[in-house]
Amino acid sequence: MTMVLVDIQGIKKYYSARAELLAKEQVSVKAVDGVSLQVYSGETLGLVGESGCGKSTLARLIMRLDLPTAGRIFFEGENIFKLSGKDLKGYRRKVQIIFQDPYASLNPRRTAGSTIGEPLLINQMYDREGRALEVARIMDVVGLTKEQKGRYPHEFSGGQRQRIGIARAIILKPQLIVADEPVSALDVSIQAQILNLLKDLQKEFNLTYIFISHDLSVVRHVSDRIAVMHFGRIVELAENRELYEHPLHPYTVELLSAVPAPDPGRKKERVIREREVTGATNGQGKCPFHPRCPVRVEVCEKDEPELTDRGGGHFVACHGDA
Amino acid sequence: MGMLLEIKDLSTHFHTDFGVIKAVDRVDLSIDEGDTLGVVGESGCGKTVLALSIMRLIPTPPGKIVSGNVIFNGVDLLSLDSAEMRKIRGKDISMVFQEPMTSLNPVLRIGDQITEIIKLHLGLGREEAMARAIEMLSLVGMPSPETAIRNYPHQMSGGMRQRVMIAMALCCGPRLMLADEPTTALDVTIQAQILELIGRLKHDIGTSVILITHDLGVIAEAAEHVAVMYTGQVVEYASVENLFATPLHPYTVGLMESIPKIDAPWGRDVHLKVIPGAVPSLDDLPKGCTFQDRCAHTMQICREKEPQLKEYMPKHRVHCWLYEK
Repeated sequence: MTMVLVDIQGIKKYYSARAELLAKEQVSVKAVDGVSLQVYSGETLGLVGESGCGKSTLARLIMRLDLPTAGRIFFEGENIFKLSGKDLKGYRRKVQIIFQDPYASLNPRRTAGSTIGEPLLINQMYDREGRALEVARIMDVVGLTKEQKGRYPHEFSGGQRQRIGIARAIILKPQLIVADEPVSALDVSIQAQILNLLKDLQKEFNLTYIFISHDLSVVRHVSDRIAVMHFGRIVELAENRELYEHPLHPYTVELLSAVPAPDPGRKKERVIREREVTGATNGQGKCPFHPRCPVRVEVCEKDEPELTDRGGGHFVACHGDA
Repeated sequence: MGMLLEIKDLSTHFHTDFGVIKAVDRVDLSIDEGDTLGVVGESGCGKTVLALSIMRLIPTPPGKIVSGNVIFNGVDLLSLDSAEMRKIRGKDISMVFQEPMTSLNPVLRIGDQITEIIKLHLGLGREEAMARAIEMLSLVGMPSPETAIRNYPHQMSGGMRQRVMIAMALCCGPRLMLADEPTTALDVTIQAQILELIGRLKHDIGTSVILITHDLGVIAEAAEHVAVMYTGQVVEYASVENLFATPLHPYTVGLMESIPKIDAPWGRDVHLKVIPGAVPSLDDLPKGCTFQDRCAHTMQICREKEPQLKEYMPKHRVHCWLYEK
């Protein structure tokens, strides 16, 4: 479990935008702003944060669907942004993504079997018959029946569609799967089925997951380690239990206290503070969380905290001693 | 506290090419003054159609309220003509929709959208209406409401837009507010603020709330009574404490077990309990209990006869044969 599979080094992605419709000045939106992170082979790394924190942009960079403004990502020691041609195709085989919306991410005019089998076709694997067998086998693994391979997406329920997306992702036996909010569009009873399936597949195929979600309970359930993102940066990174039992960053504390507990006897004290409406464009040279931070000190306004190890692999980016 | 709204035997059907869809099927529910009733269920269980039926906003055709009464404050809403209903809608009963992004008019300023309702229902002039709009916006925690009334919806964040929706819903002092997934599109920290706001306003103004959601956590946090819906029917009704302490219907039990808990023991091999299968299609419901194919306790009678929603424990009703002696 200690082999580094993905090594992200100071990755940045800025998008340029205009503050006002006709403004001359260009500002850059720092979607991902200096993220460094290692993902170990065989682990599930949970990535949590609220909308706009940059978690999907980070996923797109890891998938090489986008090029970074700065920084590098190494996969098994190779810089993925230097890959081209055959090597890039090889990378795409080893790294797959599961998307959030099972309604929008499947081609409505393709049958389930054709969607699931396409990666084999692209990579010229097996002959026609072999592909059909492989598709049937994978459909069985994800809990679909091979009789369903001729059906179109609209004939499936949301949970079944997500199973198609998962089947397509694992058919090439990838090493890394990036799951971008894979269950947030699903109903609770279906969500549990898909989460269990993902856990079973990980065991069976020794997969590494980067699991992106805004739902802290779901992330808790699946992850070995968890990274909390805020304004394009990782503000805290720790082992699962450590993070939930001893959160150190005030933003993590706030997030955890905001989750409604399904237990009416335990209406808890919240530590939510009104947020100032700051865009991701702000925060130059200071801690972006400081305007609503309860433990801020003077230095927070002058210096941006670095992500540092507080012992035992628990990293925090905060000047406070919380 | 008196009863504010009583729903009796309400059925709303949709006539489609595939047959009749019973989106709301013989629902009995009531809500007391000052109470919060949570309605929980998965997509397609009829919770939104229930709210639209109360508001008389069912698109007809294809939909139609085919039976029942909705008695609000002593008057059957279903017997009113549309002019009379318009006087109640937005004034005595108001609604907050799920998507704060799409339910505001993008080309009108916030102030104009709020004052439209105030002018219509309370007959105030422009300036008075504007003053009331500002007052309502500050009540819902909008920073600098004087500026906010001149803004367009796109200039606000999702949480702020939802506050505007709540301000609009409350500006005529309604007796009942229907909130359909009011926090589903929002981030958790914003969700917590909005739930707190609804709770506080309910306390201050005394409005009753029907809170529709798929999230049991939100229910536990904000509701006093809960109705669990499945395939258009209420399958369990209880106080929030009783429902979470002793859930009776196998579907409710399954729902509670299938959500990951933030403080649950964690391990690589910990699996969630699941409800097998999926919600049956409403145009092809089995005979008898509609939960029979997913239930671990299915008996012969469940396949033959539909159970009734009956009180098996004090103030705790369930729609299941298991509890029939």
